[in-house]
Amino acid sequence: MKAPGPLPAPWRKSGAFLWTIGLATVLWALTFVHATLTTRAAADDLHRRGALVSQLDLTDFALFTEARYTRHPSQADLHSPFQDHPLALEHFPTGSLVPASAGPSWTGWLEAPAASSPE
Amino acid sequence: MRALLRRQRYLLDYSLSSLARRPGKHLALLLVYSLVVFLLASTLLFTQSLRREAALILADAPELIVQRLVAGRHDLMPADYLDRLGQLRGVSDAYGRLWGYFYDPAVKANYTLLVPRQEPPVPGEVRLGAGVARTRGLGVGDYLSLRSARGEPFSFRIAGLLEAETELVSSDLLLLNAEDFRRFFAFPADRFTDLVLRVRNPSEVRKVAEKIALALPDTRPILRDEILRTYDALFGWRQGLIIVLLGGALLAFVIFAFDRAAGLSAEERREIGILKAIGWETGDVLRMKFWEGAALSLTAFLAGYLLAYAHVFFFAAALFAPVLKGWAVLYPDFRPLPFVDGLQVATLFFFTVFPYTVATIVPIWRAAITDPDQVMR
Repeated sequence: MKAPGPLPAPWRKSGAFLWTIGLATVLWALTFVHATLTTRAAADDLHRRGALVSQLDLTDFALFTEARYTRHPSQADLHSPFQDHPLALEHFPTGSLVPASAGPSWTGWLEAPAASSPE
Repeated sequence: MRALLRRQRYLLDYSLSSLARRPGKHLALLLVYSLVVFLLASTLLFTQSLRREAALILADAPELIVQRLVAGRHDLMPADYLDRLGQLRGVSDAYGRLWGYFYDPAVKANYTLLVPRQEPPVPGEVRLGAGVARTRGLGVGDYLSLRSARGEPFSFRIAGLLEAETELVSSDLLLLNAEDFRRFFAFPADRFTDLVLRVRNPSEVRKVAEKIALALPDTRPILRDEILRTYDALFGWRQGLIIVLLGGALLAFVIFAFDRAAGLSAEERREIGILKAIGWETGDVLRMKFWEGAALSLTAFLAGYLLAYAHVFFFAAALFAPVLKGWAVLYPDFRPLPFVDGLQVATLFFFTVFPYTVATIVPIWRAAITDPDQVMR
């Protein structure tokens, strides 16, 4: 009597698994193709946004509009979260997620007045 | 080569059957594993997209902005500062910006009122950002009534809307004429909100900023580089914050996965003992277990990453919107652009797939090198 041979490939568990993983890998690779094509197609939109930024001298994204000191994170002053009184706690959700400022700049603007003081 | 592949395939068959013998346990692990990858990948993809877009768009922001500080807070800029700064060597152009915030109690939203330097609207007319128009339900030709700083009602005719494609930077804008702006806010005629300087030679921008800090100590120069760095830091901070918040969940998963992968149950030990007793080599047992770990972690990575990609780029990161939105009424209707960083994806792959696969092998190796009889007891 002939010994039973291996099952045909598609019926084996490894076959189904390899097909699934292969398909998912193709989809994964396609995400990179999609990313390249989409960003290339969006070049005009990006250019339009850049042109508006240049035309209106804009400095920030309009993502955080809930409080005035979070609307322009690159321009905000350090004391804004304590605007009501020095011990006022931050109460806007965005305020706790957006750092009030990137900190003193290269000139160390907090120190700048001292460095150039007349004394 | 063919024989080697066939051998691996048989081992994979066995591994999959072994996983299928405890379906509930392994499905739960796969689900949690995929969810962890999904959350991490969503965070990485979303913040990378915003960071890259900020770098591209804000590259056109003003080179140098000068703001005045009084008692550490932003103050209006006297117009005569403009003449003094305009005379600095290296400055090709200097002009004042007029902009401010207006809280509209009707919709409980903050608008940014701004006077465009080029083609400002005629007096009595405004151009609106898409977010403001949507929130107030306004279109071209309609009238927008606002109460000025002196309490007088102002009625502006909507002359146009800013393009919807630019909403990410213009959603809350209300562009108006300089005269209207000054009358509306009762803004002093000899003041600007801040100043913009154009510098002829880009390598001199820092030098000019230094001169400004010395000449006018009550001002704060903001360089375009700093604006870009702020956004880089901001999204990095946000990404870090989300990952820290996820930290607890991640740690729980690591303990769960390690326990699952590293701690062998009595049943598994018996299985290894039987395999060795019927002639399996240690190498075969290790390969079989490697396939088991690899199958689980690879499936989780691919499922988690693909779902995260769809979530961020097809569903506009719907799960993150509430975090970004906060209590904001005006939120730009935008879809992040898929700027995918290959290195980030490779890092994610390495840190999600490899540790689990390796963690499964070590205890198996320990069990596989001991005597089958002892393992089975």
